[in-house]
Amino acid sequence: MATKHTLTFVLMDAPFESARTTIAFRLLHAALDRGYDVNVFAYEGAVALSFAKQAQHPNAVHGRDVAQEDHPLSKNWIAALMAHARTRGADLKWVNCGLCVDERGVGEAIEGARRGSPADCWKMAQQSTATLVIPTK
Amino acid sequence: MRGYLLIESRDPFESTGAARTCELAIQLRAAGHDVALFLVQNGVLAVRSGARRTELDKVLGTKIEVLADDFSLRERGIAPASLSGGVKAAPIDSVVERMAAGWNAIWH
Amino acid sequence: MKVLQIVETAYRATTEEQDDTVIWISHAMRGASAELGVLLTGNAVNYVAGEQDGSGLMLGAWRQTQPPAPAQDLAALMRKDVPVYCVREDLAERGLMECKLLEGIVLMSRNQLPRLFGEYDQVWRW
Repeated sequence: MATKHTLTFVLMDAPFESARTTIAFRLLHAALDRGYDVNVFAYEGAVALSFAKQAQHPNAVHGRDVAQEDHPLSKNWIAALMAHARTRGADLKWVNCGLCVDERGVGEAIEGARRGSPADCWKMAQQSTATLVIPTK
Repeated sequence: MRGYLLIESRDPFESTGAARTCELAIQLRAAGHDVALFLVQNGVLAVRSGARRTELDKVLGTKIEVLADDFSLRERGIAPASLSGGVKAAPIDSVVERMAAGWNAIWH
Repeated sequence: MKVLQIVETAYRATTEEQDDTVIWISHAMRGASAELGVLLTGNAVNYVAGEQDGSGLMLGAWRQTQPPAPAQDLAALMRKDVPVYCVREDLAERGLMECKLLEGIVLMSRNQLPRLFGEYDQVWRW
């Protein structure tokens, strides 16, 4: 039986601002695909990744309505990965830095994402095989 | 000795940071550690054959594995056949694999 | 577990946050008993310069009352037994070697970094 690892990722970028967000989610998927448990500590702008009120929009430049544009929303990415984790016998824990949530007014997070603190980040890292911080620029 | 996976996301023609990553990779290797360099995002712009020479050439002259994210390459129209000598296209799993093996992954 | 926190980008939203967010989270983690070191590289070495003054921001009637003070925050970290290292070459490039610098910092040359990394279980670059 393959060894079960836990990996922690610390994210900082807000959605829709950087290529780092896509790479981060690809890493989360890759880790969950292997059946690893994954912790995410969302710090600074990254706390908006799980904001429940993100909404899709049409794209008039391309002549696409809302449905056709099918705009990615990071909250849906998180939900999809949480579901994917379950199919792989793995767990995705998503923790938002609470003070970062407060200052940005993004307290309404999707189900499964919870509020936490830097102490959670430290604890998750201690319990992991490895931790990767993906800093903002 | 611990392994280090240095992840370079920045265009080497944009700032000196990518050069510093290459320098660090060489120093860590010289200190006896296993080292791999994983280029991602605009960091892969250094590896199109024909690109101006950078500090990456010094890394390619060592035993450090240099990998380039296959998605980032494709996104930028860089075919695997047109990579600088010694660079290998690799899936993002390469990062996860090394993290699971206890390597220290450091992002720039 | 001992972690070396690398800070490379200075003044990243420090006015809005009233802190450098990596120095801040280092304080918070230290409060949770984390064993840490902080390495300043790139333009973050300017945090050890004397006479930094981020005060005085006024927008309409709004006034900042708690400006950021990174040097003081680093000094406070050192008082909590968190060593603060600074890359000598990055200081020199920025003309800082001739300036009065924060007391207590440990200067490292770039070629000493592998040895420094080896003193920590993990290295996190922010």
